[in-house]
Amino acid sequence: MINSLISPALILIPGAIPVPFLKGKAKSLYMLLLPVVTLLYLLSFPSDGFRITGTLWGYELVFCRADKLSMLFGYIFCIMTFLGVLFALQVKDNLQHVAALVYAGSTLGVVYAGDFLTLYIFWELMAISSTFLILAARTRESRDAGFRYILMHLAGGLFLLAGIVLYIQKTGTLTFDYIGLNGIGSWLIFIGIALNAAAIPLHAWLPDAYPMGTPTSTVFLSAFTTKSAVYLMARTFPGAPPLVWIGAVMVFVPIFYAVLENDIRRVLAYSLLNQVGFMLCGIGIGTALALNGAVSHAFSHIIYKALLFMAAGSVLHMTGKIKCTELGGLYKTMPLTCLFCMIGAASISAFPLFSGFVSKSMIVSASAHEKMMLVWLILQFASAGVFHHAGIKVPFFTFFGHDSGIRAKEPPWNMLLAMGLAAFMCIFIGIYPKILYQILPFPVDYVPYTGDHVIGQLQLLMFGALAFALLILSGYYPPEIRSINLDVDFFYRKAGIWANRILDWGLNGINAASEKYVLGLARFTAAFFNNLATGLLMFFSVNIWLLLGYRNKRLELKKTRLYNDMLEGTLPIGIGAASAITFILLVYILT
Amino acid sequence: MKKELNLFDKPENVRRFLICFFISLVMLIGAEFFIHKHPGFPWESSLGFFAVYGFVSNVLLIFIAKLLRLIVLRKEKYYDQ
Repeated sequence: MINSLISPALILIPGAIPVPFLKGKAKSLYMLLLPVVTLLYLLSFPSDGFRITGTLWGYELVFCRADKLSMLFGYIFCIMTFLGVLFALQVKDNLQHVAALVYAGSTLGVVYAGDFLTLYIFWELMAISSTFLILAARTRESRDAGFRYILMHLAGGLFLLAGIVLYIQKTGTLTFDYIGLNGIGSWLIFIGIALNAAAIPLHAWLPDAYPMGTPTSTVFLSAFTTKSAVYLMARTFPGAPPLVWIGAVMVFVPIFYAVLENDIRRVLAYSLLNQVGFMLCGIGIGTALALNGAVSHAFSHIIYKALLFMAAGSVLHMTGKIKCTELGGLYKTMPLTCLFCMIGAASISAFPLFSGFVSKSMIVSASAHEKMMLVWLILQFASAGVFHHAGIKVPFFTFFGHDSGIRAKEPPWNMLLAMGLAAFMCIFIGIYPKILYQILPFPVDYVPYTGDHVIGQLQLLMFGALAFALLILSGYYPPEIRSINLDVDFFYRKAGIWANRILDWGLNGINAASEKYVLGLARFTAAFFNNLATGLLMFFSVNIWLLLGYRNKRLELKKTRLYNDMLEGTLPIGIGAASAITFILLVYILT
Repeated sequence: MKKELNLFDKPENVRRFLICFFISLVMLIGAEFFIHKHPGFPWESSLGFFAVYGFVSNVLLIFIAKLLRLIVLRKEKYYDQ
């Protein structure tokens, strides 16, 4: 029953306003209630879908478009908001709470928007509010990264806006559904969405900025922006051929970086790219099975990726450290965090009985159904690689590996509870996939648990683990080094500085040259006329003084004084007037 | 004060863990004889395909990553200079 005709976004966004004025338990309860109320509101929608519309300047607006696709993302974003708020309850900083709620709310606005005006407003609000979550760490690194982040997203927003303008001009309507790649306008929209999906090569903002957030804010960041872009891709560009290859590149290139990276949260950021690659690939394949796989993978991915970022955040919160080189052996004092991290790791690695398995295998199977041999091989390679960096490396270097000597306690109860709930959902979806399958946009006749599929996947993972073990034992495994690895952001971080230097050299060179020659000319001209005037005045004065009878020393003194007065411009008024009159007389005589 | 876990400090536990791991590998290969296969690609039906592919993938992954490190590795303060 619909008794209030509002977009679901308009519960969380205005709901964030009272947060700074509440204290203690009331504040916690209030913040936890917001996503619950939103979810209940979503559940009250009729199951066959509906829209809330309006008109503006003759254009139809759709504030809320509820169908199976948007509902699935609506549910998971509400669940995620609840988990994120619960995980961040102990945070005192109101900026983070408000930014997180506005961010989550605007993401819901994007998901339910059925027209481009509504979409664009929430899209930009999402970019702005998420920037505050990066800035919330209040370090120089986070400030710089946040600045780069917002610049990238504003650029992406401009691509989207340009595309929207061309779209409206072409179709005469603001509402959108399937667009498909035809014409420049659709390409611009595609690029705008792809940037938010962190599609290679527009991905560098993600591993640059996400690891700079606070222990709790990165959990929010990991969930919303990329997955709302995945939703929009599934809505507007399903079956677009470039997505298959963008996805295929995304699943395997980031895993090399993830292997090399030292910062745990940056490892997770690269594995986030890899997972979004699976989704984009599925959307590109575009069959019912592939699209089901892509959106169900987004659903389970949001939970286990948040769980992994929560585990990393807990470690950072309790130890103040987040680098592989500084951590190790934490299982001794943080066994629960370790357990939750390993459940998240098992889920992202798509172990049977965990959530990643029931969703990712749909995408892989879809590529096999379409006989895409190379894509299938890449996806399987990446599946083995995911287990390597996210499944083994993250828990191994954090909780096992060499003992760092750190004896940190378990994080506060709310953090543990949030991780526990997320871990429960990972396993529940893995054991009972029907709960996920029944909310997918297309009818599902897919059975994930077949003998060959389970054994094949287990072989892939376990023999990958064998390779990891042998490489570690043999010492061939690349050691963790305190370092960074160059990525595409090099081009706007370092090359930007070089461009600045070249411009500095060029433009300031012109500046210096102008100063030298133009000012030199002016000085020369000024000196010339000054000397001319002095010379003339001297000529007449000396003649007058000679007539008056001045001679020798007295004459010399008079000449020197006049000369100095002329040069310094400190001529007594009488003489100044006399010289001016002389000059005028001269002009009069000569003409 | 709660006694802290030290499961993997004892060498015999690490050995037990590795033995279990190797047994599970053998069992996974053995299990292939008891399942019905419906492969999407012909090579999926050959014995131990996924085991080999998983192993080779990971070795290749590390090998390429080490090469990549030669190109992209920089000091932590690289962007601050």
